[in-house]
Amino acid sequence: MLIPCPVCGLRDQSEFTYGGDATIVRPVLPDVDAARWADYVYDRTNPRGGHQEYWHHVHGCRSWLIVVRNTETHDVSGARLIGPWAGRESA
Amino acid sequence: MAEYSVFSVLRHGLSGNRGWKPAWRKAEPKPSYDVIVVGGGGHGLATAFYLAKEHGIRDVAVLERGWIGQGNVGRNTTIVRSNYDLDENQKFYEWSMKLWEGLSHVLDYNVMFSQRGVLNLANSPSQLDQYAERGNGMRLNGIDAELLGRDEVAKLCPGLDVSDNARFPVVGGLLQPRAGTARHDAVAWGYAHAADRLGVDIIENCEVTGFLKEGGRVVGVTTSRGSIRAPKVGVAVAGNTSEVLRKAGIEKLPIESHVLQAFVTEPLKPLINCVVTFGGGHMYVSQSDKGGLVYGGNLDYYNSYAQRGNLPVVHEVATELLACFPNVGKVRLVRSWGGLVDMTMDGSPIIATGPLPGMYLNTGWNYGGFKATPASGWCFAWTIASDAAHVLNAPFTLERFHEGRPIDERGAGPTPRLH
Repeated sequence: MLIPCPVCGLRDQSEFTYGGDATIVRPVLPDVDAARWADYVYDRTNPRGGHQEYWHHVHGCRSWLIVVRNTETHDVSGARLIGPWAGRESA
Repeated sequence: MAEYSVFSVLRHGLSGNRGWKPAWRKAEPKPSYDVIVVGGGGHGLATAFYLAKEHGIRDVAVLERGWIGQGNVGRNTTIVRSNYDLDENQKFYEWSMKLWEGLSHVLDYNVMFSQRGVLNLANSPSQLDQYAERGNGMRLNGIDAELLGRDEVAKLCPGLDVSDNARFPVVGGLLQPRAGTARHDAVAWGYAHAADRLGVDIIENCEVTGFLKEGGRVVGVTTSRGSIRAPKVGVAVAGNTSEVLRKAGIEKLPIESHVLQAFVTEPLKPLINCVVTFGGGHMYVSQSDKGGLVYGGNLDYYNSYAQRGNLPVVHEVATELLACFPNVGKVRLVRSWGGLVDMTMDGSPIIATGPLPGMYLNTGWNYGGFKATPASGWCFAWTIASDAAHVLNAPFTLERFHEGRPIDERGAGPTPRLH
């Protein structure tokens, strides 16, 4: 499996570590609703098909990415940067 | 009289082997049943068998999207053990072990259960301390466990590199002598055969496409072969649980689907006479009766619904095998495959009533589904028949995560791929 790192180009999967589902949203810290926190910690949609997920290019540029990948075919259809460089892939 | 015996082999042999009946009928779906079990894997078939045998509920349909033996029941490394650390898991998996010990006779089908022992290698003194703790806990629950030093490990497993030069020197190990392997295809066929003979309909090529509901209660399923009604619908579909329950309107579960690969080498003369697990990384190996080394290791680590993995794990697991057995360096890999496993947030399974009225859920088997097959079916059948959990599966609820009572065997936290 190859992942198109926006910084380094098309690189082998073995250079990356997986960071899991990128669609879950952490509740704001003052939120004291236990059910919302439990949902954030434990509950996943786990789709067959398109999946947005975090990958860390740990043996490359060390950027964190959001990758869109099909969980049935393993086809990777895109990757973008997150953090301070988000949105500056082509700048 | 047993359908399969030395006498039936002789009798059918003398008549040209034309008298054998199929091991199970190709059943056509009826409009309704007392119980529907969705998923014709090992657990679904075992559930149907124990419903019929232990609870007298014989009007049961097992619905399988593909064919019997296609899924995880034929995609594992065939290891059976009960050497767990936590009390809940020890009791559940030891009950499974006891069912394994009589299984061939109960099913009238030889599952080739071989109690050759499972040896967990310790590669550091602290790991051996942890194994001592685990072994003591096992023995308190009536499970066999023996703590071994390096010399005893070397004697038990002559092919293993226990030298000081090993990449991960062996300091000892924990042995469960009653553990071992079983022929996984025979387990699927045996449960299908035995359930069929008790009247269960095993319906292959029958995909569940939706759930019938009346007043919020599940009253049946729609399938690729028409609607089938039943007051009780059990779901045992392993890695497909999230997608199947989505058809019932349940969008989120504490489960991720991952791919777990397994490998077989070309046949060798006897080299490894027990199951060896390597905890310096994560690898487990045994030698099949045919002579191939059957081994596996970690998941591929990313969510997957593909029954195939990628090359980095092939390399990693082979490397670990060589770290233990440098003498197999020139042995060729002949087959590999991937199974779609249902990893939970604590690494422990779910066998429970719900999540909707009329529905029953069996999922979350992580790395441990094959060895659990008998107890999983036995407990799920009990839960379906009596609308309540048996004491053995009472801790394995779906709600335990939101209630803050996870059963985290490995202590890896809510990260399914790390269990």
